[in-house]
Amino acid sequence: MIDFNLIVEKLPAFLGGADGAPMMSTSDGLQLTLELLFLSLACGLLLAVPLALMRVSKNRVASSLVWLYTYVFRGTPLLVQLFIIYYGLSQFDWVRDSWAWEYLREAYACAILAFTLNTAAYTTEIIAGQIRNTHYGEIEAAKAMGMSKWLMMRRIVIPSALRRALPAYSNEVVMMMQSTSVAGLVTLADLTGVARRVFSDTYMPFEPFITVACFYLVLTFGFVWLFKLAERRWLAYLAPRKH
Amino acid sequence: MFLQGYLPSILEGTVLTLQVAVASLAVSVVLGLIGAMFKMAPSKPLVWLAELYSTLVRGVPDLVWMLLLFFGGQMLINDFCTRMGWQAPEINSFFAGVMTIGFIFGAYMTETFRGAIMAVPKGQMEAGLAYGMSPLRVFLRITFPQMVRFALPSFSNNWLVLVKSTALVSVIGLNDVMYRADTAKSITQEPFTVYAVVGLIFLAITSVSDFALKRLEKRYSLGVRETEL
Repeated sequence: MIDFNLIVEKLPAFLGGADGAPMMSTSDGLQLTLELLFLSLACGLLLAVPLALMRVSKNRVASSLVWLYTYVFRGTPLLVQLFIIYYGLSQFDWVRDSWAWEYLREAYACAILAFTLNTAAYTTEIIAGQIRNTHYGEIEAAKAMGMSKWLMMRRIVIPSALRRALPAYSNEVVMMMQSTSVAGLVTLADLTGVARRVFSDTYMPFEPFITVACFYLVLTFGFVWLFKLAERRWLAYLAPRKH
Repeated sequence: MFLQGYLPSILEGTVLTLQVAVASLAVSVVLGLIGAMFKMAPSKPLVWLAELYSTLVRGVPDLVWMLLLFFGGQMLINDFCTRMGWQAPEINSFFAGVMTIGFIFGAYMTETFRGAIMAVPKGQMEAGLAYGMSPLRVFLRITFPQMVRFALPSFSNNWLVLVKSTALVSVIGLNDVMYRADTAKSITQEPFTVYAVVGLIFLAITSVSDFALKRLEKRYSLGVRETEL
């Protein structure tokens, strides 16, 4: 009943046959999905660490501004955020006249921007939560050693909070990987986008959608496994004692 | 005029979005309870079935499930009807959307309810049975009221994710808030304003839900001692 020939024939397109690669990207299909994912995760994490520090800081203004940012981005659908950036920004002449328009009119850059802002909001809250959870003994010890505030943050608080954030962050990575599937709704040919194209060409729903479902399942299991390894490496001191 | 009078249309779409969300929540709660019972059933095949359900659903994006179930389901029904020589029915997209989202979030609810039921001490159920209550009555009077407290935090989270996922249903042809926004965007030429309004609508929905669910959590935690550091 399932036409395996179609799957085999279209497999290069799913993996990244590059004939649907958007501007600024190198490929489509699986490679585009991974590109979107890793670029936005990397930028998101870089944004999230300073934002988390602001979120827990005693400065009321900084803390509430970051709160507002995470509140808005966690309270609205990613699809709406993506549409505001991709369709919405063109409403303003000053955006269209600026140097950034060259990038912002491309779906690829808009998708990365939207995904980055979205994952940064969730990651900020994850890291901020773990910074607040830092054991008071660690901070007292750092102060007793005469560390300055920033040295203490850099050497004690942030490394320890990032380690403890791993389990929650692994969830965020898997959620984000699945969320990249909405990229197809702004013309990009990521895994889901390719599947939708194959579907509209052949009008066969099972072959393309089950194929990409398998891709996503493998990716999900892969990430879960990698994070298990990472936790064993960096969170070994929190694991239950074996003897 | 604000949005050239398209605001009422967007609000109408919001009502539909809310209807889809609430109806899918009901489906997902039923599926979640069934899934949780299967997971704790003494029969191995039932456990495997529930395990398969929650793993497969949670490992694949919502959007892919929607496309697969909506277009695939339509094709299966059409095929079946042609083979039986019947007139193929037109699938109601509201029904299809609700079933799809309910099916997806049923898997998340399965985990929520399983954890919550396991958090209720077993002696409670045993005591109920010892009093001669039927298993259903034990569930309704003993297990359920106590598991709500453990289920609520994760349930709230699932609901918030579900609301945000309903933004995707326009893909399968529902006339929801995103669909209306798309029309308004093309006509008013004010895409930013349109989607900012949609964003605010979603923010209002999630904020109100968050507030109400926090109140409910307080209500169900009455009598649980709290400590403050």
